Amino acid sequence: MAENKGNSSYISGKESRRITKFNRQVTRKLEKERANANKDPNLYTTKMKDENNVVEFDNVCTYFFSDVGTVKAVDGVNFNIPKHATVGVVGESGCGKSVTSLSLMQLLQRPSGQTVGGEIRFNQGDGTALNIVNTPNSIMEKLRGNKISMIFQEPMTSLNPVFRIGEQIDEVTELHNPEMSKEEVKARTLEMLELVGIANKEGVYSMYPHELSGGMRQRICIAIALACSPTLIIADEPTTALDVTIQAQILDLLQNLKDKLNSSIMLITHDLGVVAGMADYVVVMYAGRVIEKGTAADIFHNPCHPYTIGLMKSKPVVGKKVDALYNIPGSVPNPVNMPNYCYFRDRCEMQCEHCSGKYPPEIRISDTHVVSCYRHLGEGETLGYPKSVNVEELL
Amino acid sequence: MAKYTARRLLYSVIILFFVMFIIYTLMYNMPSGYVETKARELASRPGATKSYAEWLADLNAQYGMDKGVVQGYLVWLSNAVRGNWGDSWAWTIPVTEEFHNTVWFSFILGLVSFIFEIIIAIPLGITAAKNQYGFTDYFTTVVSMICISMPTFFVATVLKYVFSVKLGWFDLSGMQGRDYMYLSDFGKFLDVAKHFVLPSITIIIISIGGLMRYTRTNMLEVLNADYIRTARAKGVPEKKVINYHAFRNTLIPLVTTLGGSLPGLFSGALITETLFSIRGIGYASYTSMTQADIPFIMFYLAFISILTLLGNLISDLLYAAVDPRVRLS
Repeated sequence: MAENKGNSSYISGKESRRITKFNRQVTRKLEKERANANKDPNLYTTKMKDENNVVEFDNVCTYFFSDVGTVKAVDGVNFNIPKHATVGVVGESGCGKSVTSLSLMQLLQRPSGQTVGGEIRFNQGDGTALNIVNTPNSIMEKLRGNKISMIFQEPMTSLNPVFRIGEQIDEVTELHNPEMSKEEVKARTLEMLELVGIANKEGVYSMYPHELSGGMRQRICIAIALACSPTLIIADEPTTALDVTIQAQILDLLQNLKDKLNSSIMLITHDLGVVAGMADYVVVMYAGRVIEKGTAADIFHNPCHPYTIGLMKSKPVVGKKVDALYNIPGSVPNPVNMPNYCYFRDRCEMQCEHCSGKYPPEIRISDTHVVSCYRHLGEGETLGYPKSVNVEELL
Repeated sequence: MAKYTARRLLYSVIILFFVMFIIYTLMYNMPSGYVETKARELASRPGATKSYAEWLADLNAQYGMDKGVVQGYLVWLSNAVRGNWGDSWAWTIPVTEEFHNTVWFSFILGLVSFIFEIIIAIPLGITAAKNQYGFTDYFTTVVSMICISMPTFFVATVLKYVFSVKLGWFDLSGMQGRDYMYLSDFGKFLDVAKHFVLPSITIIIISIGGLMRYTRTNMLEVLNADYIRTARAKGVPEKKVINYHAFRNTLIPLVTTLGGSLPGLFSGALITETLFSIRGIGYASYTSMTQADIPFIMFYLAFISILTLLGNLISDLLYAAVDPRVRLS
């Protein structure tokens, strides 16, 4: 963080030109490498560390080469999504939840957004895994919507306004099952519409998105996401734009369908109530890093990181009367210029003597519970430090 | 839809009535009109028997200019409705004949340029949007800015200098070659076509920039939309995302602008036609205008007004056709 530089969002013209030039060189080089990866499958096939996981994030670093400098949106994220489990990813706005999921789909706004380090291993189910970071687009296209699908947070704008609902669901089935006939595809679409709880399926099939309500549209998005029975569903704040009753319906629906299709869900949200109700595992992110992860019970009954503790304190509890809800003081550090000590230190009310040192390592305090905080140093096995990528070395 | 169209057509008739009245009033009150000029000319002839004032009264009566604005307009209107548009004062032939003689040259010139403009500008705009901030984008942006900024006479002059004077591929101006009369029918056609090449290029160059920028802006907006991300998340190949999902949405604003440019095809390109001596409608209407040729101007402007109103109606109908969110009622 630019402590003594005054306004850190101000950059001089010379600095700006240097950044632009650097960004151009880096992104060009990375794009070239990506294009070359096409030729050799060995570059992107690897093995899972644990066959029971669908996805393993291993020190993933996704940076945005912006005009004010390199924004380390996701910087050394480690967590796994086990088979048939729901993993809730929580954290405040801008902490890198969505960028993590977009990295997994390779849907980042390229060329400025790039995954520059680490591995995202996706289990292919046959003993091999794909390293999504290097996988060429042609292979990704077969994965997206088919093996990994995504539900976005804005149902109102996520459907193409000029195509009929039926056409939009048909498309994803057709793309990934070219052997199916037109009638089979339509039958599948109607089946999906029924599955997501749309009563008037024949009518909705030939409607346009603007004729449906927000909740209906989110159901359509879910139908699109589930049409090919994916192994992983990424739900990026699926209920944020919906009212509370619809929220509950949509979440129930997701949970039921997950069980039916035997998929895993990566549920991104900032609603702790949703996570408590849905998730088997919880990953808490802060400023682009995972600060705590564990089972839902670990996180909710035994929060260890001061940030998680603060989060738990700041949510209203039924039956408990308080004058004002707790809020965590201060704000997130500037993502362009991160400090090299614990990102939460300046807001933390529980600092200890180690906190002045470098960023804390991951500490395994129980079989399932991992936390990055010096207060728990020595309470368990130290797993290692998140590794940042030095962007200067990319050239 | 039919009801909507009928109602719009009815409105158009009412609008047209008042538009034509305004135009007639303006033409009627033009200082030094055709009749005054003619009267002065006749009165100053050697051996003129009548004075200027007498000639003026006489001619005004002959040309029907003595009834006042409102009545004059109504007389013109009742004749026009019956298809009797009168004789052109400047060209001394029926208005419709002069129109027929000139409009097709302008129409062909306009149509060819229009088609090429679409073929060139829309794909270029899309390519630029696809590679935003890339070389192609900057290149097309610079080219389109140059195209927008250059005046017609400058483009025409440069083209003439390069292709006519230096290379000698085309004639400097005119619509026919020297030995036009000796050519076969097909040869005549080719000869005229050859003379239309430089004017078409001139029009294409000056009009391409705007459409290109417009396409690029719209495409960029669509490409950043959530539903494009959804399409990518479905696994749709990038080519199909651009050419199907995004293009279909870019089409909405494009179609409405293009639908509205229908009158442009007939109104002629005054400057280009003059520079290349093409006897098109733009040139004819300009000449008529300077001579205050009321019948021809009234006919020409009535024609353009009708086309403009039709163009608006067509773009509204097209809007409903390409955008399912728009329902006409």
